[in-house]
Amino acid sequence: MIYREAGQFKTSYAADQAIFPIVQDRVLVTLGILAAFVVPPLVANEYWLQAVLIPLTIYALAALGLNLLTGYAGQLSLGTGGFMAVGAYAAFKLATAFPWLNILVVFGLAGLMAAMVGILFGIPSLRIKGFYLAVATLAAQFFLVWLFNKVPWFVNYASSGTITAPPRTVLGVMVTGPQATAPVRYVAALGVLALFALVAKNLVRGRMGRSWMAIRDRDIAAEIIGVRPLRTKLLAFAISSFYCGVAGAELVFLYLGSAETLAFDITLSFLVLFMVIIGGLGSILGSLLGAAFIVLIPIFLTNAPHHLGLALPVALQKQIELMVFGALIIFFLIVEPHGLARLWQIGKEKLRLWPFPH
Amino acid sequence: MRIRGMWIGALAVTLAVGPLAAAVSAQGKDVFIPLLVYRTGPYAPSGIPIANGFVDYFTLLNERDGGINGVKVAWEECETQYDTKQGVECYERLKGRSAVLVNPYSTGITYQLIPKAPVDKVVVFSMGYGMSAASDGHWFPWVFNFPTNYWSQASAVIRYIGNQEGGLEKLKGKKIVHIFHNSPYGKEANSTLEELSKKYQFELTLLAVDHPGQEQGATWLQVRRINPDWIFMSGWGVMNQVAIKEAASKGVRMDHFIGNWWSANDSDVVPAGDGAKGYKGATFHAPGTNFKVHAEIAKFVYDKGKGAGKKEEMGTPLYNRGVVNAMLSAEAIRTAIARYGNKQAPTSEQVRWGFENLNLTEKRLDEMGMKGFTHPIKVSCEDHEGGGPVLIQQWDGKKWSVVSDWIPVMRDAVRPKIEAAAVDEGKKLGYTPRDCSKEK
Repeated sequence: MIYREAGQFKTSYAADQAIFPIVQDRVLVTLGILAAFVVPPLVANEYWLQAVLIPLTIYALAALGLNLLTGYAGQLSLGTGGFMAVGAYAAFKLATAFPWLNILVVFGLAGLMAAMVGILFGIPSLRIKGFYLAVATLAAQFFLVWLFNKVPWFVNYASSGTITAPPRTVLGVMVTGPQATAPVRYVAALGVLALFALVAKNLVRGRMGRSWMAIRDRDIAAEIIGVRPLRTKLLAFAISSFYCGVAGAELVFLYLGSAETLAFDITLSFLVLFMVIIGGLGSILGSLLGAAFIVLIPIFLTNAPHHLGLALPVALQKQIELMVFGALIIFFLIVEPHGLARLWQIGKEKLRLWPFPH
Repeated sequence: MRIRGMWIGALAVTLAVGPLAAAVSAQGKDVFIPLLVYRTGPYAPSGIPIANGFVDYFTLLNERDGGINGVKVAWEECETQYDTKQGVECYERLKGRSAVLVNPYSTGITYQLIPKAPVDKVVVFSMGYGMSAASDGHWFPWVFNFPTNYWSQASAVIRYIGNQEGGLEKLKGKKIVHIFHNSPYGKEANSTLEELSKKYQFELTLLAVDHPGQEQGATWLQVRRINPDWIFMSGWGVMNQVAIKEAASKGVRMDHFIGNWWSANDSDVVPAGDGAKGYKGATFHAPGTNFKVHAEIAKFVYDKGKGAGKKEEMGTPLYNRGVVNAMLSAEAIRTAIARYGNKQAPTSEQVRWGFENLNLTEKRLDEMGMKGFTHPIKVSCEDHEGGGPVLIQQWDGKKWSVVSDWIPVMRDAVRPKIEAAAVDEGKKLGYTPRDCSKEK
């Protein structure tokens, strides 16, 4: 009853092409974004920001990137961890070589570097499809991580092979380094995410997104109607890797503070892929929901027994956590194979009809 | 259909809102120590005995003495699986309960926590691991890695090898292989070994084993081709057992194969059976249960049914490491309490002072039933490591026994390197060194 668009007439093309054509949606999303920017820095304690919300925003960005490639363009990739590593190490090299460079510019340049590497590893996608492509991108994952581990130049010859985020400011506020406070880092990560989500949403609604989807749904048909596979696929790899690269740079600079290659190993690639699949392939909202699911559930499961007053041994608790987490993934995939985004869509449909469902 | 939808909705809402209920519980008058442990995953074989040693010693203090000078020890375990991200999550969760010190038990996690230590005011005590450069107290006031860091350990092992060959000058032309876990932890010793190989002119080969270390066929083929005189290993978790099994099957002379102190536990050698006989490992405390402290743990902890593990599993090298680590933490807290007043839980600043002014004498070790178990330690503002001597222990198929005297580290070679590295690492974090003559 409340959630319906009766009486909302679209009188111009601009109104018809709006991202959120329904007023209620527009209001809700605007309020949600504002709340995300304002409420956590004021309310949340450091544990919440540092251990939950900052990784959540960063993983959401990575999931968004992979969703463009896998969900929209249909190219299955297991190289996400590798592309994130490119972003992280490029950002480290740039930030230490040019200390005067604004850190947000560094993130952008690191993303560009990752995009170039993404194009390089995207070339096989012209010949290889589906699961075979996944295996080919696996090569990117292993090669890149090996490279950063092997060549000491990437870590500025640190004997431990660890990269450390140097302290940098934006507009006089410390954003990276040990002195940067959690709320500042959270707002920085969220700002990047909001901007990139907006760009992604527009990309997929435009010509580029449509050609990606055409390639995904039937590449031969797409080619016949004039979509160039080479350009389209490589663009998908480039833009997706750009997103992942920025997420990787953020992972080190805004979240971990220092990292080794192990932080970017194959488990990270799988984690981001799971986020995309659980959240919903081919959905911007799905990337965010999927990231929330994968990040929040384990933390909830770790804390839950404690709050129920159960004093379980930690090993048992960890194993229960893994089992319940796995069971939940399967449960959600069975009840809604199209992901959490679809669940939200169904809910929205129901709300529009409520209270008079037919 | 309707009801099913409601159930799914309810579950989704619980999962979304549930974490919000997670809040931090209140603290007491006890001194709180978060324990980052790993009892699951590929590193569990190494993680379990350490965690048990820790918990048993703290239980002993509470049961026998009513705590440290009357202040009870409170702790909470948090499972990290030796994973950096989970470790950071644990630390963030537990530090809010006025944690005074943290033992990360992972060099990767230590690297994460070092920048946070001065900001959060939590002592990072990485006993014999972590960042070697942090041994310089000028630059890293909140980090301690006594009794001996990786660089010193590597130098002591080279000295031991030299002694076995009949003098350090005999090392010339010898082939030594370092097999290391391909992580910050494993790489730590490399720079020292490289420097010593130039100084003593032995041929050094560095062989990396990737996480988690279950696949080492290629590494050992290379070892076979090189046919080294000595092998030194920095391994952890399952990597150790795999390496020792491979070595045994490739016919490596086990008494020329030395693990560092994270690569020489019962759980590492037992899977290789008789093949592991003769394998050596470095340590800074004795193995076994022939000490008064073990009798007391048995009496006050296990006989009361409060033991963390099995009574028979006491005395393995890593269990004893946990005990030593808990003892050193407790003694530092005791030093702090003695100075700042009894019966009151010290703050983390006071505990930091306690660490920096820790003076563990032979007499005090004797009082605690640890005579001959480990060596005395004196920490200072400049030196957070101490450069304590190293023992070599050997596996005879059933138990470990010490086969060397206390081997002094090559302090003249290591300390200047530490001081230079501390400047590098400190500058990376934007630190300035403090003046130790002004410390009280």
